[in-house]
Amino acid sequence: MNVPTRPRLLPGLTGTPRVLVLAVLLTVLAIGATFLLDPFRNFQLATAAAYLCAVAGLTLLIGLSGQLSLGHAALMIAGGYGYALTSNALTDAGIDGVPRFVASLAAGVLTATLLGLLLGLAAARLRGPYLAGLTLALVVAVPAITSVWSGVFRGDQGLQTAYNPVPPALERLIALEQWQAWVAIIVASVVVTALALLRRGPLGLRMRAVRDDETAARLNGVPARRVKVTAFTVSAAGAGAGGAVLCFVTQSVGPGAYTLAFSLLLVVAAVVGGLGSLGGAALGSAVIVVLPWALNAGTAALDLPADLSQRLAGNLSLLVFGALLIAVMLLRPTGLAGLATSWRRRGTGSGRRPAAGGSGPAAAVAGAGPAAAGTGAASAAPAPAPAPAGTGAALSDADATPDVARSAATEPTDAAAHPRPAGTPASTDPSRTIPIER
Amino acid sequence: MSQQSSTLRSAARRTGGLIAASALAVSLAACSTPAAPGAADDDGATEGNSTGVTDTTVTIGTHTPLTGPAAAGYSSISAASNAYFDYLNDQGGVNGRTIEYIVKDDGYNPANSQTVVRELVQQDEVFAILNGLGTATHQSVLDFLDQNSVPDLFVASGSTAWNQPDTYPNTFGFNADYVVEGAALGQYAADEFPDAAVCMLGQDDDFGDEFLEGLELALGADGITEVQRYSVSNQDVTAQIGALQGAGCDIVTLATINGFTALAVGTAAQLGWFPQWFASSSGADYPTLVGYLGEDMAPKLLQGFTGTNYLPMADDEWVELFREINTEYNGDAPFDGNTIFGMSVAYVFAEALAAAGENPTRESLVAAVQSGDLVGNGILPLAFGPDSHAAYLGVGITTVDQGVQDYLDATYEVRDGSVSAVERQAVPLTGAGVPGN
Repeated sequence: MNVPTRPRLLPGLTGTPRVLVLAVLLTVLAIGATFLLDPFRNFQLATAAAYLCAVAGLTLLIGLSGQLSLGHAALMIAGGYGYALTSNALTDAGIDGVPRFVASLAAGVLTATLLGLLLGLAAARLRGPYLAGLTLALVVAVPAITSVWSGVFRGDQGLQTAYNPVPPALERLIALEQWQAWVAIIVASVVVTALALLRRGPLGLRMRAVRDDETAARLNGVPARRVKVTAFTVSAAGAGAGGAVLCFVTQSVGPGAYTLAFSLLLVVAAVVGGLGSLGGAALGSAVIVVLPWALNAGTAALDLPADLSQRLAGNLSLLVFGALLIAVMLLRPTGLAGLATSWRRRGTGSGRRPAAGGSGPAAAVAGAGPAAAGTGAASAAPAPAPAPAGTGAALSDADATPDVARSAATEPTDAAAHPRPAGTPASTDPSRTIPIER
Repeated sequence: MSQQSSTLRSAARRTGGLIAASALAVSLAACSTPAAPGAADDDGATEGNSTGVTDTTVTIGTHTPLTGPAAAGYSSISAASNAYFDYLNDQGGVNGRTIEYIVKDDGYNPANSQTVVRELVQQDEVFAILNGLGTATHQSVLDFLDQNSVPDLFVASGSTAWNQPDTYPNTFGFNADYVVEGAALGQYAADEFPDAAVCMLGQDDDFGDEFLEGLELALGADGITEVQRYSVSNQDVTAQIGALQGAGCDIVTLATINGFTALAVGTAAQLGWFPQWFASSSGADYPTLVGYLGEDMAPKLLQGFTGTNYLPMADDEWVELFREINTEYNGDAPFDGNTIFGMSVAYVFAEALAAAGENPTRESLVAAVQSGDLVGNGILPLAFGPDSHAAYLGVGITTVDQGVQDYLDATYEVRDGSVSAVERQAVPLTGAGVPGN
């Protein structure tokens, strides 16, 4: 029996309904989790959910379509400004509450999507480092744009928006941070579900085809450029939603929050989580929110000399992220998602211990890896503690049967034995971990 | 077969876990009572909120740039405050309580300020936020602090946003605001150099806007020959300096932070242009400017450099005390205007805490500041009162002569929208700088 059998939730459900049911389940679970958290943790959760929107789009862009973007912070800021400008205009017009939020969110997503479309049109004509350079230039140019039109964007100071209080109906039940976490979770789950559906659909297959061999894809009638542009645009929409949610949570948007370092951090989250894996994106988003906080708390507890701790503050987390990125690429190119998979496999004793780089000629098209990661994460967290991870984990779990992908896999057995997130090259050469378009 | 059964088992386990977790979440949802701001308020009204205060300690916190673009000019402020608190604690603290000052880095980035201030309030449970630094950064946490009724004392920024007692009853500024500084420099120019063409180079944000408002208050809207703006993220002001030179400016007033003051002076010198420079206190600290321009060039470029200030300077008993504290408690760090600023803020906080009573609450702390009884250590007594949350309504004019920066006999105050010359009334040092001594 060569068809991989994997334990999973709701075995009776398949296809799109399964994705949707699990998405709803996990969203409810994540929302339930907010009751376990204090306000500060809920704020962190909301932040992580906002990052997840962007990282999920990015991990799909890199892992599935093979295009590297170092400029997702610029797409997020586009979403943030779209949100803030609309929200402020509506506030002036006397509109508030849910209509203001929904309209502002839509405007933020639309702004980022349009910018992503423009970028994607360029991206379809650029390759590898040139595309990376273009996106890099965009994120570097953002501060200049905000100060040239400082009448609109208020320069370095950025825009402040009115805050959205807890709706009166829920006022007695939940705190403000909890409400913000709810909104962030709901938006993130819509984004991630949409991406999960897209990934398992025909467009996802085409993206993989274009990533693996553009010429071969073209010969098979895949409109490679259109696929790449679409990938960029979809990814930008996710980033826009993330920027808008972040603006909703923090009531402000400004160039200071979306630096080049932040853009690279999003890539770190995608890589550390596991490229191409939505569950990995959730883990990565949680890591980039929690790690700086944990490091600062750690150094504060160490009682270091004042000047040393001052030097460490802020810098240490960048150092650790850099080291983490290198370590992950060298030791575990499949990221945390891959780690969870191998841990799960060892736990269920399915025999062969998967090596990081794998030796088999597993076709990267067999995107079964990230899905497996999803179940791993879900089983690792029966308690609803890390909810953003939960949300994503569920959705990628929903992804567990990428029927299309599996049918396209050249060697399903091997692909199942060596689960590997899409985009992980068969070679152990770490320099090829990020599949820059070939 | 065995694999199949283990598969079934693990699926069952997972499903069970999911159901258990959902049940847990739902049951918690039913009994959860969120720590909503409103709830804390209700308690506070009856017995007062003393979060962060124990029998032996008072814990407060701040957000400030220890890294990033503004760190070079401002990271020494919180260290200086800490040094003063260490000194104060060694003298017995305030009403038997020592002060613990938690400093968190926000990199001058509003998004980080949001995170660290929430952490201070919700995790570290601080009594008050003291001296949060930066206009944009602090603006981003203003609503949050208001919603949680946290005393927000002595913001390190000259924005007039902190002086809104009706909207933000717990927020108080510390700097003389930018309108006051602009008006004072404008009036000084009008008094001493009536025929000079006065221009302005300002930051492209509230700092520049409000400074310009002050200048216009003193000189009239058409009394300013040329206005140029810059953005902090662009480290090149050649175009602006060129435009000011072209407009024939005699005096250039600067709404700049220290780094950009040095940049403007240096760029103009490279163009062979030497106008008179008038800078606001945020960018007029001579020792800091020497750090940027170098020991050799600074005395030449900054001879006659005019600025504003409201804190002790040069030969003063406060400065002497702070210098000793700096040596003993701050590792003999470079002693500059930031050091004096940080220690002055800490002193005023100690004064407020002492005035808040034996068992301070957030309410009594705010009431103590609002009472108008605090005097501070500036060249004018503090201006806090029921209707004013501004610390200083006036500033003194300073100048640099032979490498020494000190006050001139010119002090201006802005009240009710008009600027007038006043006498300096420096608050003398008492009780070795320990309130209540």
